[in-house]
Amino acid sequence: MKAVYAAGVGMTRFGRRDEVSLVDMMADVGLQAIDDAGLGEQPVDMVYVGNMASGLFNHQVSVASALVDRLNLMPAAADRVENGPASGGSAIKNGFLAVASGYADVVLVVGGEKMREVIGPKATDVVACMTHMEAEYVYGVTLPAMAGMFTRLYMEKYGVTREHLSMVAVKNHKNGTLNPYAHIQMEISLFGIYGHPQSHVTNPVVADPIHLYDCCPVSDGAAAVLLVSEEMAKKLDAKPVLVAGVGQATDTHTLQERAEPTDLKAVRIASEKAFDLAGIKPKDIDVAELHDAFTILEIAESEHAGFFKKGEGAKALVEGKTQIGGSLPINPSGGLKARGHPVGATGVAQAVELVWQLRGEAGDRQVKKAKNGFSLNFGGFGNNVVSLVLRRV
Amino acid sequence: MDMELEAMLRPPETPMAPYPPKMITLATGAKMIVRQVDRSAVPTLLKAVRPTLDIPRDYYDVVGARLYAELLGWYRHRVRDEFCLVGQVDGYLAGIVNSRLFSTKTCISLHTLSLERGLRIGAHLFAAKMEYPLEYLDIEEVLITAESPIGFRRWMIEYGLEPRDGQHELGGADYFALTKDIYLKNKDRLVAGERPVPPDLLEEAEKEIKIRAADKIREKIEGVKEETQ
Repeated sequence: MKAVYAAGVGMTRFGRRDEVSLVDMMADVGLQAIDDAGLGEQPVDMVYVGNMASGLFNHQVSVASALVDRLNLMPAAADRVENGPASGGSAIKNGFLAVASGYADVVLVVGGEKMREVIGPKATDVVACMTHMEAEYVYGVTLPAMAGMFTRLYMEKYGVTREHLSMVAVKNHKNGTLNPYAHIQMEISLFGIYGHPQSHVTNPVVADPIHLYDCCPVSDGAAAVLLVSEEMAKKLDAKPVLVAGVGQATDTHTLQERAEPTDLKAVRIASEKAFDLAGIKPKDIDVAELHDAFTILEIAESEHAGFFKKGEGAKALVEGKTQIGGSLPINPSGGLKARGHPVGATGVAQAVELVWQLRGEAGDRQVKKAKNGFSLNFGGFGNNVVSLVLRRV
Repeated sequence: MDMELEAMLRPPETPMAPYPPKMITLATGAKMIVRQVDRSAVPTLLKAVRPTLDIPRDYYDVVGARLYAELLGWYRHRVRDEFCLVGQVDGYLAGIVNSRLFSTKTCISLHTLSLERGLRIGAHLFAAKMEYPLEYLDIEEVLITAESPIGFRRWMIEYGLEPRDGQHELGGADYFALTKDIYLKNKDRLVAGERPVPPDLLEEAEKEIKIRAADKIREKIEGVKEETQ
């Protein structure tokens, strides 16, 4: 397997982007990544686009073909990769495999989604389409509902409390204020969303025990990574970051079919695969971007990825280990909770944040001396997960 | 001014019990003071409303223009029995709501304008706008319509309003009623606020309604920031 490098990255501000189309956002970040890598006029061999539901959100399909044309990258091969909210991670995995196999030298990976073209309840419904149609969706399940049930189980089994969940939200909102690309750039207080006697009005229940500030926003946005071979990396005037590990694993489509619903088996296996390929252990990771679409997921994923023992993710949070400046900063970007979650873009945005962190370009949210970064992109409700390990070289 | 003619054009005013100010703790931990203002505040409020006239997003332009006219009409004594509540954080205006009494039993909800987003300020002020007539003015129901999808989701879906036939005073689409029963059933879930307001915070709010610069108001509403790369 050949070495694969992230030679350039690009990203739009996440949020509500009425003023720009999906393809224009993706073209913007694609150009940023190409320029960042200093690729110049050298050809791009392949383009992978992570996108979950442009057909439903924007009434537009074949977005990879549209992007290649918009960027004038013909005759580059172009595919849209769909893996729910892990579409971005899957797109990177496919780009990685194309370069690692020797099939391609330069692969542009773009993740993009424009969800705010539809109203909130419609966006929730579109996302819910990834659940099991006959066993879940027809009964009205939504992702917040699923997260609510998962959270309740996790609370009962591992003693996670609503205060812990709120602490994740407070931490990631604070990190988001340090990230100019974040959808939400507003600090919130534990007292305001949890401690105050009327916080149930300010922070209302969405799907008990999940409250408003436990949920990520619905966002528009795009991000891009230019993956290149080692030979190409040497030719470019860039600061390449090694894609040291990639892992992917699946689990049952429905949550209730899992022997232990609180066991995120795909998270564990995908993470182990990424660490094995990178030849490192979880303890070697300096910064992590986890898929906190709901606050419980940051805690649960931090355990299943191997950073903390099962049931001790909340303890690590309380001890400040996951803050910027802690022993393992998690989601310095603000995570999905504050940076936002344009579903198809998220996996790529996580990688972009890691590249910035490993290059030392993350500004006020920089994790000091970060050498190894880890990301986890959570598809479905943990039924198709992609993990990455990136390394400063 | 021809006072005889003015007396004919100026609507009568029904005495209203004052709205007791309250304090709401926002998600940020900041304290928002919700209080009633009288006509004298209108020129100041209009400075904050004016920048919204250029914001089509979420129908801010429509809501802003109509609110501007309603406040101006009230200021110039051309709207009957209007009242206005404001929300202030650190003295700065965070939102405005207004309504008017149609009769001794019915209130007409007019507009809700939030100048800060992401903190449910509109929802809190809308709740206050319902609280005042239903709890302090012996009104039985408030008639409501929505012009923006945000308003629709905040008022109609969250409260489970009662549909009504006919037209709301604002025209537009279907309209609904928030009866005292529906309000009281939802009150614990949707209406926040502590009384009395600490004197120092109330004094700060009453001393001056601070208005942000127009471009700051637009930025807070639209969330637009400079591209960074």
